Amino acid sequence: MIEIKDLHKSYQTGSNSLHVLKGIDFNVQEGELVSIMGSSGSGKSTLLNILGMLDEADSGSYFLDGIPIKNLNEKIAAQYRNKFLGFIFQSFNLITYKNAVDNVAMPLYYQGVKRKERLEKAMHYLSKVGLADWATHLPNELSGGQKQRVAIARALASEPKVLLADEPTGALDTKTSYEVMDLIQGINDEGKTILIVTHEPDIADMTKRIVNLKDGVIIDDTIVVNQIKALANV
Amino acid sequence: MFNIERWQEIFETISKNKLRTFLTGISVASGIFILVLLLGVGQGMQNGISKEFESDASNSIWLYTGVTSVEYKGLNPGREIELSNEDYDFINKKNEKYLEYKSSRARQRGVVVTYGEESGSYGVEGIFADFQMIENQDMVSGRFINQNDIDVRSKVAVIGNKIKKDLFKKKINPVGEYIKLNDISFKVVGVFSDRAGEREEDRVFISSPIAQQVFNKGQKISGLSYTLKPEEDFKTAVRKSEEFAEKATAYIKTKYIIAPEDNAAIEINNSLEGAKQFYSLIFMIKAFFWWVGICTIIAGVVGVSNIMLIIVKERTKEIGIRKALGAQPMSIIGMILHEAIFVTAIAGFTGLVLGLVLLELAGPMIQTDFIANPSVDFNVAIATVIILIFAGAIAGFVPAWRAVKIKPIVALRDE
Repeated sequence: MIEIKDLHKSYQTGSNSLHVLKGIDFNVQEGELVSIMGSSGSGKSTLLNILGMLDEADSGSYFLDGIPIKNLNEKIAAQYRNKFLGFIFQSFNLITYKNAVDNVAMPLYYQGVKRKERLEKAMHYLSKVGLADWATHLPNELSGGQKQRVAIARALASEPKVLLADEPTGALDTKTSYEVMDLIQGINDEGKTILIVTHEPDIADMTKRIVNLKDGVIIDDTIVVNQIKALANV
Repeated sequence: MFNIERWQEIFETISKNKLRTFLTGISVASGIFILVLLLGVGQGMQNGISKEFESDASNSIWLYTGVTSVEYKGLNPGREIELSNEDYDFINKKNEKYLEYKSSRARQRGVVVTYGEESGSYGVEGIFADFQMIENQDMVSGRFINQNDIDVRSKVAVIGNKIKKDLFKKKINPVGEYIKLNDISFKVVGVFSDRAGEREEDRVFISSPIAQQVFNKGQKISGLSYTLKPEEDFKTAVRKSEEFAEKATAYIKTKYIIAPEDNAAIEINNSLEGAKQFYSLIFMIKAFFWWVGICTIIAGVVGVSNIMLIIVKERTKEIGIRKALGAQPMSIIGMILHEAIFVTAIAGFTGLVLGLVLLELAGPMIQTDFIANPSVDFNVAIATVIILIFAGAIAGFVPAWRAVKIKPIVALRDE
């Protein structure tokens, strides 16, 4: 699903050049649930942003489902993001003046789905994350866990090939974190490929594979033998 | 533009951001509203002042003769200059290309006018039919002296409104009645009023040949009155009228051997000279209101631009989210501009309509001589609204463009 070869990225800060990714080789198969771990500054978020086409690598190759992701203009990048990727952010990033179901319907609007169908689909995904009763509530009327579930429903709504989650539990307490992880595990069980950036070992243990990043290189890539079911810990 | 989905998205955004929309709308609507009022009052002042000056046709030239004041070619000062019908005909013929309406005046002062028991002393003027246009007189009833009266030498008179009030009791319509001018009977055919008021309404007009006959004037006339053909612009009008006045006085001065510098013997009253000041006054007033109006528009443009900047700034994160969800850059810019143009247009036209309605309602209630009928050139008002909308769009475009250029990761970065 994802093939990355020799990926490099550096940032210019004034006269200094900061080499963040120093040659990443990394493959993800369909249906995997991968966590990318590392301390802050290890380059894990940069990697996720490049995977999410929110940022571009300096060199190296990136194939998403066999499609080369290189020198995309804004227009095509937007199209690919919409078609292939679903984002889940640490701070949820819901649109504050839209209610839950309208937030979930947003990616469908940009796919050109008609309003009625859009809202039906959005409702479907909202009930999938257990928030059907909260459809008309604004984000500020929801708890953190609920917001993140709305964000997950939104990420699913466009039926993407890959879900990218940047610290999805970073703003949540442990109990809520596990509930969210349970939801993510459920989605993965249905066959969706999911990448999670996290620095919490307990969250990483709930995935099927842990990739450890340090100073811009992968130092460790292990399959989790005993994947912990989040539900058991709630 | 005609994408229903886009409209739904915009209406949703507008209805969920009422305060923001309201503030944008208020600033645009009030700007247009104030501009409309200013332009309306400016136009009203122009109308009012025009009306004050309107009493005589604005391009008229009046020629009076008097007494020479300078010794010239062996002739003593103190000679009285009197023109004759011959001079009138000659000047008309020579200057045909300038002239629109023409009339000579044969004036007799202190004529006793009698109707029944009532009588009074008034000035009588012998004129031609064109004189009505030159003096810009309105008929209260009946008609003015016409060419036929002159041709058949009928003894008919047109009296001023004041004389009617003096001699005729209210109930009687003077038209068709007979009055006596120094014991000679004249039939009243009309009553006139003059916009300049009563001081111009104590005169009797009779045809010029009759006046010369009954007052024993022979061929003598006391003055000439003309209006000139209308010109496209004011400068040409002034030049032509000066040209004509020059030619007419030159002819008279040569014929009656008057010193070129003697201005007492012939006096020219060129209404355009007065109108010049009047036009420049109107110009000043208009320029002032335009200046204020343009400042108002600039203030409005700045206000709208400011609000657009704030709106885009406020929406930077939302733009990042939309981009991450797959929005095309142009679709985001389009959405922001579409919303901005829609809000400014609605607010602008609301302000325009409110301003026009207020002018329409309050206009007739204004009871001062210097403001009449305040109104606004609709095209100007529409143009202003469009300028504001356009300015809003331009002002929104730049920050929207910049916001879209920001990478989503930067826009979404947690503060």
